[in-house]
This record gives sequence, C-alpha cells and structure tokens, in this order.
Amino acid sequence: MATSIISLRRTGLSDWLIQRASALVLLTYFILIACQLLGSVDYISWRGLFDQTWMKIFTLLAALSLAAHAWIGLWSVTTDYLTERLLGPKGKSIRLLCQIGTSSALIGYVIWIIVIVWR
Amino acid sequence: MLQVSLYRYNPETDDAPFMQDFAVETGGRDLMVLDVLELIKAEHDGSVTYRRSCREGVCGSDGLNMNGKNGLACITPLSDTVKHGRLVIRPLPGLPVIRDLVVDMSLFYAQYEKIQPYLQNPTPAPTIERLQSPEERAQLDGLYECILCACCSTSCPSFWWNPDRFVGPAGLLQAYRFLADSRDTATEDRLSKLEDPFSVFRCHGIQNCVNVCPKGLNPTKAIGHIRTMLLNRAT
Ligand code: SF4
Ligand code: SF4
Ligand code: FES
Repeated sequence: MATSIISLRRTGLSDWLIQRASALVLLTYFILIACQLLGSVDYISWRGLFDQTWMKIFTLLAALSLAAHAWIGLWSVTTDYLTERLLGPKGKSIRLLCQIGTSSALIGYVIWIIVIVWR
Repeated sequence: MLQVSLYRYNPETDDAPFMQDFAVETGGRDLMVLDVLELIKAEHDGSVTYRRSCREGVCGSDGLNMNGKNGLACITPLSDTVKHGRLVIRPLPGLPVIRDLVVDMSLFYAQYEKIQPYLQNPTPAPTIERLQSPEERAQLDGLYECILCACCSTSCPSFWWNPDRFVGPAGLLQAYRFLADSRDTATEDRLSKLEDPFSVFRCHGIQNCVNVCPKGLNPTKAIGHIRTMLLNRAT
C-alpha cells in the first residue's frame, strides 16, 4: 500500500520533501527580490511590485515556505540537542518550551507578513 | 620512542576517566596500533583493557579512536595515524565506557536488531537453495562485507545525539542490504518501519561514516538508496 505524501501524518519523507520544496520557493523568491534591488528601487516601483496579486501570492507562499522550512529545521535541532539524554529529566520541558517559542514566533511572522502585504 | 596517550577508566577504582602516558619502544618498526597496545599490556601495565580477536581486520572487535579518527587498531599502521611521534587512543566516541577502551555496544546492536537483519521470505523454500542471478547477487556487493565494528556509527553526530532513535550508518547499510536482496520479500514492511523522522532521515549526509569505514564501504550511498525507495513508494 502506498502512503500518500499529502497525508497529514508527518513522516521523515514528507519533512524531507517539504525542506527541499520550500528551499526552492525561497531561492526563487529571493532571486526575484535581489533582481529588483539591483535595479534602482524607489517607493513607487516597490509599492507597484507588491500591489500586484501574483506578488502578494508569491510573498505569502515564500512566508509559508520560510515558516515550514524553519520549523522542520529547528525541530530537528531541538530534538538533537535538547533531549533527556543531554539535559537529564528537565530535557522534555526545555525542549517543549523552545518548540512552543519557535512555533509561536513563526506563526506570528506569517500573520505579520500577511497583514503587511494584503492590507 | 613513541609517546602513547591512553584513555583509562576503571569504574571500580576511578572517580573519573583520565589519560595515561606511555613511552613505547617500537624499534623503528611500522607496527599496527594493536601491536602497540599489546606491547603496553605486556611490558608496561597489564591492566590496560581493550577488545581484540582476529588481529587482521575481520572480526570488528577492536574499533578505537586513534588520534581523533575511528578505525580498527589491528589494521591501522602507525605511519597512517601517528603525528609528531604522538598517538592518542580513546574508546569509540558516544557509547558508554565499560572500562578503558571497552565500550558498551548495546545501543549499537539494538539498532541493528531493529532493521531485522535476516532474510524474510514466507514462500516455501526450494529443495536446494533460493537462486539469484549474478546481477542480483552483485546488488549485495559493498553491503554484505560490513563487520559491524561500529567505527561509522560512533563517528556520526546524528548517532551521538539520538543513538536510540536514529538507526545509524551501520544499521542502515544492513537495512539496505536486505532491501536490495532479490530473495527477500519483506520490502514493504521494512520500508514502513523506516519512514519516521528519525530512523533514516536524521542522516544529514555529513559522510563521517564513509570517511572511517575500515572496509571501504559507503553507508551514505546506501542511505541515499533507501531514501529513493521511500520516495518511490510514496509517489
Ligand atoms: S552521512 Fe549520515 S550516517 Fe553517515 S555520518 Fe553523516 S549523518 Fe551519519
Ligand atoms: S559499515 Fe564499515 S565502519 Fe560501519 S560497521 Fe560496517 S565495517 Fe564498520
Ligand atoms: S582484532 Fe579483529 S578486526 Fe581488529
């Protein structure tokens, strides 16, 4: 039986694919931004760029990619270094605290970006 | 004269591990590191403890950390490892030390056990043997040669941090050995046990494992094959 990639259950494989796909989105997005910045930027052209619907959608996609990418990466870091093996019985609560901190910050950033771009 | 610094720890008498220095007369010969250990045990201190058996790179029992690099003491010549006349010998990193250079390999073996390192095939066995074509047999080359010395897994940072959840390079090389075997029919079951975020995917391709394997095997490549199999299975 084949397991679907789109199923909500998190596997190592889906994490791995999301890492790669989101990296691709971010790379394209920042190349685009860099190209804009290389040309002369003023408020009008910058505003004009972000007023276009495709750019708003692209920005939202980049924000979501950044959040997903950072979450998977930082989740790996916390489960590598903030463990009961390394920190003793307190490891679980320290890890949980850091993960809650990271995820709330990331959700906050995404909402913030949506507010800025879609206002 | 070779300056040898040995990791010593006897939990019954020592509060903490310490390094002990020995000046060993090698007579200018390019000995193997195991020979140096035997010399120390015979002529300096009979209580120095380490594992060894075959003394020819076959049994995998004398995996050690020599001047910072894991390897088999019996097939590592001094000329390969000694720098500035000094040799620092420590136990394999990341595993609990039982005494001196002897580590507790339970975590390592538990990961090996997890991948079910035996042929699974419920179809009735033929009278003589399950045949393979030369091509099918060739798929196992570079995999079956592993002697489970643990040099690779104990040089892998991912295994240091999660030795209970990340299978590690040695276990994964063997996992692929059975996934690649044309006679084994448990492929689906094997893959489903490997798809979680830890077992395989904690490998970040650092390739320390490839760098140290005394048998010249390539666990990173095998891990790549497993990842491809998982990917194909999911799409
Ligand atoms: S390539 Fe993977 S298994 Fe090998 S040392 Fe690096 S993380 Fe460990
Ligand atoms: S893959 Fe190489 S280093 Fe790892 S256990 Fe097998 S023989 Fe030893
Ligand atoms: S003693 Fe057997 S591998 Fe070194």
